[in-house]
Amino acid sequence: MPMRKVMKGNEAAAWAAKLAKPKVIAAFPITPSTLVPEKISEFVANGELDAEFIKVESEHSAISACVGASAAGVRAFTATASQGLALMHEILFIAAGMRLPIVMAIGNRALSAPINIWNDWQDTISERDTGWIQFYAENNQEALDLILIAFKVAEDERVLLPAMTGFDAFILTHTVEPVEIPDQELVDEFLGEYKPKHAYLDPKRPITQGTLGFPAHYMEARYKVWEAMENARQVIKEVFEEFEKKFGRKYQMVEEYKTDDAEIVMITMGSLAGTLKEFVDKKREEGVKVGAAKITVYRPFPIEEIRALAKKAKVLAILEKDISFGSGGAVFADVARSLINEKEKPIVLDFIIGLGGRDVTFGQLEEALSIAEKAMKEGVEEEVYWIGLRKEIL
Amino acid sequence: MVPLEEVRGMEIPENIKKRLSIPFEENFYAGHTACQGCGAALGLRYVLKAYGKKAIFTIPACCSTIIAGPWPYSAFGAPLFHTAFETTGAVISGIEAALKAKGYKVKGKDGIMVVGWAGDGGTADIGLQALSGFLERGHDALYIMYDNEAYMNTGIQRSSSTPYGAWTTNTPGGKKHFLEKRHKKKVIDIVIAHKVPYAATASIAFPEDFIRKLKKAQEIPGPSFIQLFAPCPTGWRSPTDKSIELARLAVQTAYFPLFEYENGKYKINMPNPKKEPKPIEEFLKLQGRFKYMTKEDIEVLQEWVLREWEELKKKAEVFG
Repeated sequence: MPMRKVMKGNEAAAWAAKLAKPKVIAAFPITPSTLVPEKISEFVANGELDAEFIKVESEHSAISACVGASAAGVRAFTATASQGLALMHEILFIAAGMRLPIVMAIGNRALSAPINIWNDWQDTISERDTGWIQFYAENNQEALDLILIAFKVAEDERVLLPAMTGFDAFILTHTVEPVEIPDQELVDEFLGEYKPKHAYLDPKRPITQGTLGFPAHYMEARYKVWEAMENARQVIKEVFEEFEKKFGRKYQMVEEYKTDDAEIVMITMGSLAGTLKEFVDKKREEGVKVGAAKITVYRPFPIEEIRALAKKAKVLAILEKDISFGSGGAVFADVARSLINEKEKPIVLDFIIGLGGRDVTFGQLEEALSIAEKAMKEGVEEEVYWIGLRKEIL
Repeated sequence: MVPLEEVRGMEIPENIKKRLSIPFEENFYAGHTACQGCGAALGLRYVLKAYGKKAIFTIPACCSTIIAGPWPYSAFGAPLFHTAFETTGAVISGIEAALKAKGYKVKGKDGIMVVGWAGDGGTADIGLQALSGFLERGHDALYIMYDNEAYMNTGIQRSSSTPYGAWTTNTPGGKKHFLEKRHKKKVIDIVIAHKVPYAATASIAFPEDFIRKLKKAQEIPGPSFIQLFAPCPTGWRSPTDKSIELARLAVQTAYFPLFEYENGKYKINMPNPKKEPKPIEEFLKLQGRFKYMTKEDIEVLQEWVLREWEELKKKAEVFG
């Protein structure tokens, strides 16, 4: 029988790692993710997890040690956030380019400056082009589930790409919620023992990995990463289905909420989706035709799902906790890209919201919604809307 | 790429093989892309002789990235993993942990040798943090710093291992006498400060000594470190047939003495501590990189060499 425990998001991530039985964990402390490796080190210390735990001297070395371990053919796991993920940046490309299915838990946190330890998605969004699969969890249960799913997808021979699962700093990492811990036996069945069929480092079979690729070959290697990420679309769907059959919880690339007759659909990711659904319920009672959608998988970006969603609505309002300076929201850009060649498309609005732990209130969502309602009738006024800005201190 | 024996079409009689002072077996193959007279290539050849195929190599960004051969070629008879510039210490930590988790024997007799092979820039500068982490955590692996005293792969820029008075492309001399003004960083001393079980210096001019040290590094558990002196004719502006001679002179002048630090004890191998080392000029004069040095510069370097040599001798006396 699965066990239900009240736990923090970080603990849920550590439990997911324990259930996945990685052989090597290399991690470095950083707020708000510190508790993940801390809890894992407890599991290792108590003999509940048989793994080598490398207490590295930086995040750069954490991911580098995971790269070494994964290249030697074992399941590897790490956790970090914000500056730590930014420090890993260089090696994220290497992990993907070498097709190493490392899994990483991220407590999504803002980037300096100013120094800020609270939630937004700038850390993972900034790594969107590295070749890592990206999942975003709405709650602690999803954090656990999406880490298990990440292993399964990453290790699929059609994919072989690293994957990260993000869950919002403090809102999830440090907040307790009831979480169902799946049975180990079922997880073992679901994931299986990691036995790479592809090349790995072994003196019995000498190979060279990560070698110099001249212009005559480099582009093909990059194309293979692209192809693997495209394959991941199908693999993720299959894994979601298998997960639902085994564990009873349903996941979708994009989860829609009350969208069928919606004129305006507000789209977001992570824990904000929970707030948004509640907001939609309230507005529905008031008779407003609004729906919500949550993007669970950001890389590969759910292009088809967004196209299907776009057919239903007159306005898509993207609410996102990240900013690409000089352009706008990253999710907006991906949504807009998905729709650019569609014959009929809704208005798409770009809302920057909740940066650096700024609480996203119903008041802010009302503001975004009223802009969307106005845009539906009178057209778009601004390229990017910053919601909840304290203009008095600007 | 094929084994040398096949290229040469030679058959070496067994009785001759037995008389060789270093292993006959070649695992670093012909067709590698090193420059003529490359000390690093010779070093790799010796390491691959010492460990045969029972080693896993990690190489960061450096000349050896190129030397090993571009895709789809490899000059390595053992598994090789290419990684980013500053990560050697971390990657070998990960490989060692993975092998142990899989139940493989690492180090020791018949154990797999996990070897990091990084240049002086990748060790003394950008890779120093990861090296320190690797040493401090006590992984069963070997880190070899092949020291050619500058960033040669990017085109001869000074590293913290470049000696006083050397010309490089970013210490180019000129009217203001803008040569390297800092003495060579003593990376081996930083390593020893970690109280590692085994650290040594070695030279491509003394392959028997180097291979003996490689074997020792295999036998002694815990992290080991070897700083290998590896001349670079391209960067040192020296004749390609003088690499061995230069490496030998570096030892004989006590500019790069060969010694071992084993479980807290120092042992000098070469040169003979009881004799006067050769003057540093003998080492300098064969290299174009030192041709801009004034008489005073040479005195400064000579003084530094002798002071460091005295310090090492004292250490060997007190902690011998």
